[in-house]
Amino acid sequence: MMRIAARLWICLLALAPVPVLGESLVTSLSSSRVLINSNYTGTSIAVFGAIERDAQTISRATPYNVVITVRGPRQYIVVREKERLGPLWLNREQQKFPGAPSYLAVLTSEPVREITSEQLRMRQKIGLQAIIHAADFTNDRSGADRPFRDALFRLKSREGLYREDERGVAFLTPNIFRASIPLPATAPPGDYDVEVTLLADTVILARTLTHFEMVKTGFEQQVGVAARDWSWLYGAMTALLALFFGWTASMIFRRD
Amino acid sequence: MQIYLPIAEMPVSVLLILAMGAAVGFISGLFGIGGGFLMTPLLIFLGIPPAVAVATQSAQIVASSTTSALGALRRRALDLKLGSMLIAGGLIGSGLGVWFFAAARRAGQLDLVIVVSYVTLFTVVGSLMMRESIREFWVKRRGGAARPRRRGGDHAPYLGWPLRMRFPRSKLYASVIPILGFALFVGFAGALLGIGGGFIMVPALLYIFRVPTGVVVGTSQFQIVCTTLITLVLHAVANQAVDIVLAILLIVGGVFGAQFGARAGRNLRAEVFRFLLAILLLAVGLRFALELMIRPNEPFSITTEEVRA
Repeated sequence: MMRIAARLWICLLALAPVPVLGESLVTSLSSSRVLINSNYTGTSIAVFGAIERDAQTISRATPYNVVITVRGPRQYIVVREKERLGPLWLNREQQKFPGAPSYLAVLTSEPVREITSEQLRMRQKIGLQAIIHAADFTNDRSGADRPFRDALFRLKSREGLYREDERGVAFLTPNIFRASIPLPATAPPGDYDVEVTLLADTVILARTLTHFEMVKTGFEQQVGVAARDWSWLYGAMTALLALFFGWTASMIFRRD
Repeated sequence: MQIYLPIAEMPVSVLLILAMGAAVGFISGLFGIGGGFLMTPLLIFLGIPPAVAVATQSAQIVASSTTSALGALRRRALDLKLGSMLIAGGLIGSGLGVWFFAAARRAGQLDLVIVVSYVTLFTVVGSLMMRESIREFWVKRRGGAARPRRRGGDHAPYLGWPLRMRFPRSKLYASVIPILGFALFVGFAGALLGIGGGFIMVPALLYIFRVPTGVVVGTSQFQIVCTTLITLVLHAVANQAVDIVLAILLIVGGVFGAQFGARAGRNLRAEVFRFLLAILLLAVGLRFALELMIRPNEPFSITTEEVRA
């Protein structure tokens, strides 16, 4: 058993691309935890990155480009389209997105079109359009799925939950950059993935993956736990509270 | 001032929610209806998830209806006996409504069933009341008696069916069969549409059963308290969608609004009362009809079925 595992491990190591002459990328988030309390109205997280080169690294004629992709907790989303049926407008067709991110932000140092080829963008899911139109994002219905993908993007963008900022990454020196991930208040609690990709001359040089989580604290957390784990008690408490408020009001406003 | 809602998972403006609670509470107290059909669309419009909006506003209905019902009890304007009959019929109807809800969802036509039911119910009930109140108005202007006073023995034939019961406070001596049947229908529609059903109950008690206006509001509120209490707990258990912070804000706004509404209602003449309620119902019916008939700006809509942590 152990031997098989060890062999498998060696095979995997051999398959993994080993950058021979590449740069290495070091990234860090300003915080790995966003705490939600009662006066939370959204926040932002800073990403810092440094590109490390050693003696063997070839010098590059073109500057570095950075793409930062942030994905929030997954949701099962259904997009429906209203169509005319006689005098009525009814929901007819629908398209399911079983693992769509609730929040999706792409921050880049240049417009994605200028960073790399369309082929690579689609294959490596670089840029918002590439993610939305990726084959595994929803089931393919030979073109019929396209308006639904666009609609999901449009509606989520309107809420500020899907966004692309082509000037979102700023280089402080040629090898050090920073970016700010804007988190609107409606971005849901959960685990967020931050993927930083370094490119130069349309080629991917390095990639890092870091995480942060958004959690409810204190009272907000206790309410969430009570509603989930003691739902009968929670429901009964709310009902009693409502009755109590109603009774109190009738006493206050009593006219004798 | 903003506050974060722990279950809806978003911040809202405290003052806005208080004001909304007060406005809907006023209408609720004025007409003796729950007001759920007004509050739910308002909350969804603010961006609160529909499941949370439907579940949480039932807490506000409980609170404001409790206040109104207690007030009515004190003024002896509540028929406990009739109210209990309505609740009994209503519970059976709710059960059937929940079952039909699931069946329509399986068939994939739940949205359609809900909007069409809204349009039909609101337009029919609203038009009937409108016609009645306009006719009354007309007769009064020409100097006739508003409505011939009800005399003993003067009633619709279905009230004389077997199993008659006396409801002294409502000045009613009627068969329980149409009362239970009617309550069953209201419970059915309520569960299907996520509403208390006060807006069907009030006109029906007024016109079909000829219960005095003063008693109608109190009795309807009593029935709403009991039905909505059960709905609230079921929502908390089944969907975990009751937001206690939002509920408290809505309740605080709502109880005050309901008090002023109830007081305004007492000073309102009966025919004006019916006329205003008719306008309210027709407006809501029209709004849903337009939603169904006008080409939408954005034909697409998204629903989040579940969140994966």
